[in-house]
Amino acid sequence: MCLAVPGKILEIEDRDGNRVGKVQFGGVTRQVFLNFVPEAAAGDYVMVHVGFAISRVDAEEAQRSYELLQAMGMLEEELGGEAERTS
Amino acid sequence: MAEPQHPIDAWACPAPLPASDRVLLGHGSGGKLTAELIRDLFLPAFDNPVLARLDDQAIVSINGQRLAFTTDSFVVKPLFFPGGDIGSLAVYGTVNDLAMGGAQPLFLSVAFILEEGLPMQTLRRVTASLRQAASCVGVEVVTGDTKVVEKGSGDGLFLNTSGLGVVPEGVELSAARVRPGDRVLLSGSIGEHGIAILAQREGLEFDSPVESDSAPLHTLVASMLAASKSIRCLRDPTRGGLSSALNEIAARAGVGIEIDERAIPVREDVKGACELLGLDPLYVANEGKLVAIVAPEAAETVLEAMRRHPLGKDAALIGTVTEAHPRMVTMRTVVGPTRVVDMLAGDQLPRIC
Amino acid sequence: MKYLDEYRDARLVQSLAAQIARRVTRPWTLMEICGGQTHTIMRYGLDELLPPQIRLVHGPGCPVCVTPLEMVDKAIEIASRPGVTFVSYGDMLRVPGSRSDLFRVKAAGGDVRIVYSPMEAVKLARARRDRHVVFFAIGFETTAPANAMAVWQAHKEGLQNFSMLVSHVLVPPAIRLLLESPHNQVQGFIAPGHVCTVMGYRQYEALSREFRVPIVVGGFEPTDLLEAVYMLVSQLEEGRAEVENQYVRSVRYEGNQPAQRLMETVFEVCDRKWRGIGTIPQSGLRLRAEFGAYDAERVFGASGVAAEEPAECISAQVLQGLKKPTDCSAFAVRCTPENPLGAPMVSAEGACAAYYHYRRHSLPGEQSHGRAATPN
Repeated sequence: MCLAVPGKILEIEDRDGNRVGKVQFGGVTRQVFLNFVPEAAAGDYVMVHVGFAISRVDAEEAQRSYELLQAMGMLEEELGGEAERTS
Repeated sequence: MAEPQHPIDAWACPAPLPASDRVLLGHGSGGKLTAELIRDLFLPAFDNPVLARLDDQAIVSINGQRLAFTTDSFVVKPLFFPGGDIGSLAVYGTVNDLAMGGAQPLFLSVAFILEEGLPMQTLRRVTASLRQAASCVGVEVVTGDTKVVEKGSGDGLFLNTSGLGVVPEGVELSAARVRPGDRVLLSGSIGEHGIAILAQREGLEFDSPVESDSAPLHTLVASMLAASKSIRCLRDPTRGGLSSALNEIAARAGVGIEIDERAIPVREDVKGACELLGLDPLYVANEGKLVAIVAPEAAETVLEAMRRHPLGKDAALIGTVTEAHPRMVTMRTVVGPTRVVDMLAGDQLPRIC
Repeated sequence: MKYLDEYRDARLVQSLAAQIARRVTRPWTLMEICGGQTHTIMRYGLDELLPPQIRLVHGPGCPVCVTPLEMVDKAIEIASRPGVTFVSYGDMLRVPGSRSDLFRVKAAGGDVRIVYSPMEAVKLARARRDRHVVFFAIGFETTAPANAMAVWQAHKEGLQNFSMLVSHVLVPPAIRLLLESPHNQVQGFIAPGHVCTVMGYRQYEALSREFRVPIVVGGFEPTDLLEAVYMLVSQLEEGRAEVENQYVRSVRYEGNQPAQRLMETVFEVCDRKWRGIGTIPQSGLRLRAEFGAYDAERVFGASGVAAEEPAECISAQVLQGLKKPTDCSAFAVRCTPENPLGAPMVSAEGACAAYYHYRRHSLPGEQSHGRAATPN
């Protein structure tokens, strides 16, 4: 269900009482409603579903968890290597 | 099966619908519904060996001269889009259908179906674009027709173009010639035409606007044919995208095709638009790309010839023809495993989920 | 693209798969709830990378699939009326009602349109005061705030020619129903990351405690899903049953508060019928009485007639994870995306359609190597 895509906020404006942002996805930008992410600022990434941002991507958490994932990967390569040598 | 004891056990599917008694939009999408329509209605009606080849053009012999003949209708909306318009699209589309048969395009017909009330200025613009495209390709519009339908019965302007060309001696391109072991070449990045059109309808903006790749491919084809005699078959992946073109070839030749997702060029902006709308670039239309199936030993030569041509500078080797899984296209995904690349049933719809 | 490409890294994917294989000692059956996750698994062939002990089954998380037949019939009835512009998300147009679908309504002259966002429907109503614009509001919790905003906006502008046919469903009651079934085989759940982005995951803690089942909130990219599988396997192997969050970059414990507030302003929880299954208590959303003027069912007094579903389809078992789509005798024979017997074959998110598009081949080598679509 629920396709949501990460995009970067380029600029934010108030349009008829709505918080509307220009959000970039790869090389594409689209107008996105930012009413649900009052904390998001230009430069932030948001997850966008049917034209609405539903969360601000937590850059620190993303970085931390990705580094963890990579560390697991490197560990696995070492372990995998050992397993191969011992087998 | 045990008696349903719990409401969720009774979960069942909805009733099937009878085969459609009306034409649906999907019948014109270039996917499975189109293929069914051709197979079940048109082929039996016009049964003949030339038509039965089902290539993009018919090759007929008259007094020893082989002629390529094709026709195509254009119902694009909007009429003017980044990178082209309905006029140039009609010329290039028809020229490309001839070129895929290895033919040198010579003559075109153009039929206009106009909706009452269409601004004359629009018609002038389209006509000027048609003329310019034809002169740039070196074909002449030698016959035509005009019809006007009542307001509401058309969508501004439709075009039909037919094209005639000659096939040089020794050139024989057809899906029927494809063999296991052959290589699959693609002339450049996919999805630009479809996304350029969709962007206008969906209000997508681009850093640098995605332009339709609409272009005449006959000179690219000529330089490929000059480089090698071992080109088996050419297809331009228009409606239904790359997946439909490859599935058609696999079906006609009774072979399997395996492609590598990482080898298929897709521009970053096209990728972004596809992610956003939940579309797969493999199913998005192109108007200036071709797929070539070539003998394995000629692959490198043909690829180099393609890359020397401006319309083939991003050409890539994307796969191999196989004996395994005949009539089926498979793809090694970016993360490793292999999956089927199916032909689309109808139009690809933006999805929310 | 940032936050997408790095989670599709082949090396990371392979190493995660190897770690899962290293961690697992016994067979486990896991379910991803969300159709978007099913799509990723099939699209990238992730299930092929998993060790044979892990059985992934696919949950009911496709809003298009579970929208009740009566509601589709109502949509078709309303869309067929003169003066109505009927607006919907793309996939919904193909879903069969008892006699027709929205594509056929369009073919017969109805004004049926596809939009990407519900706000486009409001815009259409604003521009075309001579038409009554009806938006088909389907979806899970992820989509509800956006749809609520469309109603709120129409209300704010005092639009008289806009209404909404609401068929919203909620995830936790469906998981509860699965867990309460005596046939349940699912031992761990990947909870839907975007639903939890909106709602948080407090509700899942109660389910996890009550049924002693591990639940991991998972994302939608290949490494997200494999990491979620790894976390579930770790819990199961260690005998834990907790709620964990894999999708930390998007999901917070409390969810999205402003979105929840607007949802609560506009919608209220109600009993909701799910396609084929019947009514699940407290499993849906409907418009609150204050917004009754925007309720298409009220505006049009449309009455759906209950319709029979065919016996041949086994989607009950598929959606509970008891059977794979390929176990169905009609699969790919009488039931295809062009002529679907059942909703899971209709939407690109449906488990059956995902199998059909990506796995129909059962690659010759695959079965002989014991890696068929049904690893059990």
